[in-house]
Amino acid sequence: MNTTFSAEDRKGWMSLLATADEARLTELWQDCGANPVCEFLRAPEAGGVMVRGRMGGSGAPFNLGEMTVTRCALSLEDGTVGHGYVQGRSKAKAEIAAKVDALMQTAAAGVLRDAVLAPLAAERQVQKDLRAAKAAATKVEFFTMVRGED
Amino acid sequence: MYVAVKGGERAIENAHAWLAEERRGDKNVSELSLAQIREQLSLAVNRVMAEGSLYDPDLAALAIKQSRGDLIEAIFLIRAYRTTLPRFGCSQAVKTGDMACDRRISATFKDAPGGQVLGPTFDYTHRLLDFKLAAEGEVPDAPVAKPRKEATPHITEFLQGEDIIEREPSSDAVPGDLTREPMSYPADRAVRLQSLTRGDEGFILGMAYSTQRGYARNHAFVGELRIGTVPVEMEIPELGFAIEIGEVELTECETVNQFKGSKTVPPQFTRGYGLVFGQSERKSIAMALVDRALRWEELGEDNLGAPAQDEEFVLSHADNIQATGFLEHIKLPHYVDFQSELELVRKLRREAAELSETLAAREAAQ
Repeated sequence: MNTTFSAEDRKGWMSLLATADEARLTELWQDCGANPVCEFLRAPEAGGVMVRGRMGGSGAPFNLGEMTVTRCALSLEDGTVGHGYVQGRSKAKAEIAAKVDALMQTAAAGVLRDAVLAPLAAERQVQKDLRAAKAAATKVEFFTMVRGED
Repeated sequence: MYVAVKGGERAIENAHAWLAEERRGDKNVSELSLAQIREQLSLAVNRVMAEGSLYDPDLAALAIKQSRGDLIEAIFLIRAYRTTLPRFGCSQAVKTGDMACDRRISATFKDAPGGQVLGPTFDYTHRLLDFKLAAEGEVPDAPVAKPRKEATPHITEFLQGEDIIEREPSSDAVPGDLTREPMSYPADRAVRLQSLTRGDEGFILGMAYSTQRGYARNHAFVGELRIGTVPVEMEIPELGFAIEIGEVELTECETVNQFKGSKTVPPQFTRGYGLVFGQSERKSIAMALVDRALRWEELGEDNLGAPAQDEEFVLSHADNIQATGFLEHIKLPHYVDFQSELELVRKLRREAAELSETLAAREAAQ
């Protein structure tokens, strides 16, 4: 078991898996060819998480409404535990996320990072940049009209 | 009295079969996919998520299809589904200051840092029917410009620098949850905001409009309106740290309102707040106006007896599922109730007729 990762690293990949497009994640997972033997500690289950906001954006919290989340926990043969918490109701996605999380804690991390996480991160960044670029194109550029003779 | 309580099964089954057929409509017209609803009727999807109080665009699209586009029926389906979900926990409060903004405008500061970003808005369209949409055609890609990398600051931050607007007291108090505890009055602002954000858009809009027309006028400026996505983070007990569990699109409206000041507080602006799932601009502005109106007591304003100041009135009528449940139940069989009313009216009429006969007989005798 390889433990050269920080909580911050793990947070990074779990977050990426949570918001990944299911079809794309499935494709990348299948292409990477990993097929670890796992035992479910918690079979995939869908549930809700209450999302909170803050009054005025910065004040006291209030309950905004729920979102769907599916979670799963499993262990590899060597005992490494992987958790998946993903947006939506896909049990298959939660299972892949938990497997990736588990393998990212092992010697297979490099392979998984290159084959699954790096493409997901790059594609997510492209999508975000494209949306930001479209927003930027709708930014108003005020100019002042000169009126009268003075 | 015996009342027929059986016998409707076949009629109900056949009604459901016909409903399914009518839902499908003309079979020569291709069937709607959930992806089409999710992608092309996204504002309806947003409304169903906001008022259904469950962020899941695919489920909202399914509910819209199942309800034949009756959004209150769709919201009902989502609310019913929501109750079947185990609650995994609560997120950390979303940071709207870090929002990746699709749209961000201010009606109070022309040159706000971050600028006036219009986004994909209906504003400035001519509201003329576009017959080009009746035909199929390719849509050109939207123009792009150099994207902003840094977060867009909230407008109220600038006013706070001058101390000319009230500060939102920061707190990490656990907010009340109206899905867990029944509403009780007076409700605090956290519960009011939860109720407003899932309340019926038409009702909240009407209440907000009433404040603009003079019923508890509080003269609101839209200090800022922003639409975009924010990450949702939740502490995972098994891990001992928080991870991003998803991303939601939100609309946030901050109003800046007049306030004369009091004995203890110098004149300063006050705030109303709206935050709604999805691109829900009208709802978010309306929510901020109603939030502000409901804060009259806390801000030492007079109770003008306006409907929008009456917390119990607003909050107990804002929920379209409660309202529709009570309203529509009166179409269901009330045979026994009605039979007793019928008996009563007949008896009263009989007594009245007998009385007038007696009186007439007495008059004739005199």
